[in-house]
Amino acid sequence: MAIITYREALNQALREEMLRDDRVFLMGEEVAVYQGAYKVSKGLLQEFGEMRVVDTPITELGFAGVGVGAAMVGLRPIIEFMTWNFALLALDQVVNAAAKMLYMTNGQFPMPMVFRGPNGAALQLGAQHSQAWESWLAHIPGLKVVTPGTPYDAKGLLKAAIRDDNPVCFLEGEMLYNTKGEVPEEEYVIPLGKAEVKREGDHVSLITHGKMVLVALQAADQLAKEGIRCEVVDLRTIRPMDVDAITASVRKTNRAVVVEEGWEVCGVGAQVVDYVQRHCFDYLDAPVLRVHQADAPMPYAKNIEKAAKPDVPKTIAAVKQVLYIDA
Amino acid sequence: MATKVMMEALSPTMEEGRLAKWFKAEGDTVSNGDVLAEVETDKAIMELVARGDGVLRKRLIGDDSTAPVGQLIGIIAGADEDISAMLAGAGGDTPAPAAKASAAPTAPAPAAASSATNEGGDDGARIKASPLARRIASEQGVSLADVQGTGPSGRVIRRDIEAASAASASAPVARATPASAPAARAAAAAPRASAKPPAIPLEPAMQIDGDARDVALTQRRKTIARRLGESIGPIPTFYLTSEIDMTSVGELRTQMASAGDAFKVSVNDIVMKAVAVALAKHPECNAHWLGDTIRYHARVHLGMAVATDDGLIVPVIRDADRKGLGEIGREARELAGRARERQLKPEEYTGSTFSVSNLGMFGIDQFTAIINPPEAGILAIGSSETKPAWIGGAFVPRQRMRVTMSCDHRVIDGAVGARFLQTVRHLLESPFLMLY
Repeated sequence: MAIITYREALNQALREEMLRDDRVFLMGEEVAVYQGAYKVSKGLLQEFGEMRVVDTPITELGFAGVGVGAAMVGLRPIIEFMTWNFALLALDQVVNAAAKMLYMTNGQFPMPMVFRGPNGAALQLGAQHSQAWESWLAHIPGLKVVTPGTPYDAKGLLKAAIRDDNPVCFLEGEMLYNTKGEVPEEEYVIPLGKAEVKREGDHVSLITHGKMVLVALQAADQLAKEGIRCEVVDLRTIRPMDVDAITASVRKTNRAVVVEEGWEVCGVGAQVVDYVQRHCFDYLDAPVLRVHQADAPMPYAKNIEKAAKPDVPKTIAAVKQVLYIDA
Repeated sequence: MATKVMMEALSPTMEEGRLAKWFKAEGDTVSNGDVLAEVETDKAIMELVARGDGVLRKRLIGDDSTAPVGQLIGIIAGADEDISAMLAGAGGDTPAPAAKASAAPTAPAPAAASSATNEGGDDGARIKASPLARRIASEQGVSLADVQGTGPSGRVIRRDIEAASAASASAPVARATPASAPAARAAAAAPRASAKPPAIPLEPAMQIDGDARDVALTQRRKTIARRLGESIGPIPTFYLTSEIDMTSVGELRTQMASAGDAFKVSVNDIVMKAVAVALAKHPECNAHWLGDTIRYHARVHLGMAVATDDGLIVPVIRDADRKGLGEIGREARELAGRARERQLKPEEYTGSTFSVSNLGMFGIDQFTAIINPPEAGILAIGSSETKPAWIGGAFVPRQRMRVTMSCDHRVIDGAVGARFLQTVRHLLESPFLMLY
């Protein structure tokens, strides 16, 4: 199997879906001539031409709205936000137009479109450009929210997102674009709404998604050296969330730690914990703990930024706490 | 370090307590767990115990005085420790809101309170246990009170129950426990767990050969146990009883018998037919509870509980509402016969949509039958007896029969079941309606 980067996996998914269906087109800032701010759309302008790979002005609300209109008349737009932090400006189109259109037109206008771009913090981008938005988006009925953590998932899930007839928010990661992993040559599509057990274990469930999948796997590696067997459950899709996968894992391990990139209050982990307490109450041997970003704007200073982010040591400490092991 | 003596919530509903009598004088040395005073709650007289070691430096209320839960009523401290700040904080009669808030929700049982060892908190007497530990303890018959919790604040967690179970097992080797990282710690914790075995009734002291015999469960007996256990546990069942006048049914049988042996039918055949016809009229009772959905059946497949030497089995008369009395009777007798010979095929005892159980032939007046899940109801038929009934201004002898319907309330509400039973009664009291 080929080992490629997350960036290349996304590029393959875009290319394959544009070849497969000529209604699919890509639009956003710097996606065409510049080949993408993160080079995800490399080569697409040359292959598909400027009708299907469209550069826009710096007008997030405007081009998100053009995308909604294009979807209404039967195209399948992919709207790239240079980062999801910039997508705040476009949320009226995402939340009030795309998410509601099918419902408010009594099913007349499906919204087969994808909003995609990097999400969460990278390194020292400051408070305004270091935010994880999945809990905001997942709050909205009508949207699907996908957060791939590996190249394999990035490709398979993006293809599924493009083929889905609902608006899908596809959250990538700047720090993930260069990560590498096995991706098969042959075509595959990963269904939305299905979690994956990335690593099996029976002592504690690490429930996570997106960039934190790598953190959880590293923590699990280190804990394995101490004889602690973590099960890493990658949600992959935040909405709809795979409640069965969460339930099955926690009923097996009796303990859970939720690791997420965003803030604590009303975060994705809060929803996971709700499912766990409802479906696994009699199976819990310890309160469920959460690892997340500090409840503050992301600091710019390198050392404080590091301290604010969820990481491997914080995850290990939480695992030991739910196992009643003194750190 | 100084320890506050609070008016504790010694019963779940206690809001204030009357300190009946101090047992310790100011200046007495006290240890954690010593009885300080007697407190009269809304329910009983309880002991108030010290929550720390030291000298009872101050009694803030006297004998026979009342204080709300959470109020500071004394101070335990070192002999020379400065307690002026605490005394100043004690204020008047009104407890600090924070103190009240922390004390109010707790409800320590007095016995446990006096045995609490290392709990500094005011809710130390409540047994804290993880939900998983509670479940395993309940399954294994381990009393949580007998287990030393090793989690935070003495929380009883899975490893503590496993250690206690292992310690109480008579086998020299500890019972195998599910592998877990803290397993080694569980073993270490074992000696700390109470060695007292859980209270399980012992075998009778005098056991003579022949008093009893152990019979291995047949598969059918196992299935009965499992199925009925599933039923009585999770199914919220209620019961409706109705006494039905069976005189007309008796007359009908007599008339049919006089037409020839071929037309002889039993009471049971007629009841089955009536129930089937009533179910067809009330599909809301002809249903299966499937967890996420309720399946209402358009066809009536009537289960008929049959006693065999090996226990109960429920053969099914399919489309019973569309069959004549003769057909129902022949099929019922044929199925019952083969059930007793254990010759039924699986398709002959599965797929019923509602069931009938008849113990009338045993002289049972009335009884409640256990629902055969996923069915939503079962009708229990008692014996038919001659009783006086008040008709037309006089008591006249009538045949009366009591039937009791067990209803799964998740599917059938009271009035729904009652209307169905009313139809059954109507059909049996005027059996010609079944012809309609």
